[in-house]
Amino acid sequence: MARGDYSPSTARATIGVAGARGVTREMLSDQPRGDVIRNTVFAAILLLAVSLALVGLGLLIADNLIDGWSRLNLDLITQGTSSLPANAGLRSALIGTLWIMAFVVLFIVPIGIGAAVFLEEYAGRDSRFARAVELNIQNLAAVPSIIYGLLGLAFVARAPLNLGFVVLTASITLALLVLPIVILVAREAIRAVPPSIREGSLALGATQWQTVRHQVLPAAIPGIATGVILALSRAIGETAPLIPLGAATFITFDPSGPLSGYTALPLQIFDWAKQPSDEFRVLAAAGIIVMLALLISMNAFAIWLRNHYEQRW
Amino acid sequence: MATSDPALSAEPAEIDLSPSSRRLGELLIKGILGLAALVSLLTTVGIVASLLLPALEFFAEVKPWEFFTGTNWAPLFEPASFGVVPLIVGTFSVTFWALIVAIPAGLGTAIYLSEYASPRVRRVVKPIIEILAGIPTVALGFFALVFITPAIQDIWPGFLGQSPGIFSVAAAGLAIGLMIVPIIASVSEDAMSAVPGGLREGAYALGATRARVATKVVFPAALSGIVASIILAVSRAIGETMIVLLAAGNTPNSDLLQNFNPVESIQAMTSFIGSVATGDIGTGTITYKTVFAVAALLFLMTLLMNLLSIRLVRRYREVYE
Repeated sequence: MARGDYSPSTARATIGVAGARGVTREMLSDQPRGDVIRNTVFAAILLLAVSLALVGLGLLIADNLIDGWSRLNLDLITQGTSSLPANAGLRSALIGTLWIMAFVVLFIVPIGIGAAVFLEEYAGRDSRFARAVELNIQNLAAVPSIIYGLLGLAFVARAPLNLGFVVLTASITLALLVLPIVILVAREAIRAVPPSIREGSLALGATQWQTVRHQVLPAAIPGIATGVILALSRAIGETAPLIPLGAATFITFDPSGPLSGYTALPLQIFDWAKQPSDEFRVLAAAGIIVMLALLISMNAFAIWLRNHYEQRW
Repeated sequence: MATSDPALSAEPAEIDLSPSSRRLGELLIKGILGLAALVSLLTTVGIVASLLLPALEFFAEVKPWEFFTGTNWAPLFEPASFGVVPLIVGTFSVTFWALIVAIPAGLGTAIYLSEYASPRVRRVVKPIIEILAGIPTVALGFFALVFITPAIQDIWPGFLGQSPGIFSVAAAGLAIGLMIVPIIASVSEDAMSAVPGGLREGAYALGATRARVATKVVFPAALSGIVASIILAVSRAIGETMIVLLAAGNTPNSDLLQNFNPVESIQAMTSFIGSVATGDIGTGTITYKTVFAVAALLFLMTLLMNLLSIRLVRRYREVYE
């Protein structure tokens, strides 16, 4: 009913409805006093529970900011590894992380997208193979990360691949660790492309691969890119799997390629955090701020990407 | 509907819809994509093989009975002793302290987000909780070491006895608790949101308050998902390495009950692996085999929990979706 065309009868009806609503509310609000009090207390407890996590996060950021403030300057990222706190910085670690991540991307983009396309477009959602892989991926996503480190130590650093403790070893191990994330997100993005797009393409005579290549993948790319970024931000922060991969050792050079020795951002932070001296702890706090800034901006970019390019069908 | 027209009831002519060529390129592509999907299965096979082979060699040297029931863990000393029980109990102790924070905080957050929060509040709170999930654990471990432990030392009441030292299981547990809050919150909230609105509306129509609807209707209906979220969180807590390595110390307690004393320093399975399995342990040494035996046990424990939680999540999906 449009406002303004009040005739006396509709006005009466409106008053009647309002009255009925008031009576209903009056009757329903007649809840037992105990219940009303309990409801208020319960809501307060819930707010407390929510704030616990938020306060924890706030304290973590604030504490590292305060502790690390004196070292948050350009020296932090231009100085390399050093046993003297004043000369120590993140340069080698950042270069190492960049090298590792470059190769992680090279692995997870083709394998992650390939697996997702196969499971969604070729295998049939209910085939036995697809279900086995799905259960397997869900389970892999929850395997402790240190175990991936041992896998890397046993099979990548030593025989059969025998690469030694180099950037590529770390990249392969971390790629396996984050692959489930890429596959899960990419599958969702592919599933979100409506079947009519595929049917239209197939009806025009395109083969299945042409359909995937020219219709499905272009439409799913924003979602897939989001998954890749999220996976990378997870890989950047992972420390435990790198411990068995020989990166915990002190290096005095900058990593220079896939077969170079290395250190990485979270490991450098771990190394500083372990030192009993307060100066190193200041460095660790400053390093954590750098890492958090990097990760939060990556995540923000992923969210922006998803919201900006997401296609609504 | 009966038609007598013979043209309509006749069998349609066979149309050949099969492709004119065998399209080998398409098959090749399908094969390559299938290989990509196979990588994840191979990863699992690789994990099992890499853990199992050294673990079996370990059990050739150390009796399984001694490993699983012994309460003295000193694998690097002479004479060595391989009783893994203190590590398991230490792991459970950290998990226990983590859950004490994470269950109320996680479930409270889930109920708040699914039953109380306005869409606007949800849009703000959910991403913040997600940020917490993305904090690298090395940062949480450092936070436990330089903030939580000193804070506990400051407020420690004298009548409880000795205050915690630099390393304490409670500080590590609290930090892990912070880490698993997002898991409990998001998986539980999923389960609660899957509870059909009709159940809630029915209860509201009968005059129930929000608290009553949340606790007596939504909570029981979402129970399998809530249990799944907690199991998943336990499996994460058990597998967490950096926080225990930085904040819980590295001393296995043969006195098993001492592991649960919040001020004690403990050794968990993961912190043993993380402190011993640096790059330079020699393949084939007893130390190497010990690390992999402990890791195999850890993998088995988390695997069982993951499968259980996946199954529980499927159950609520089946009921309501």
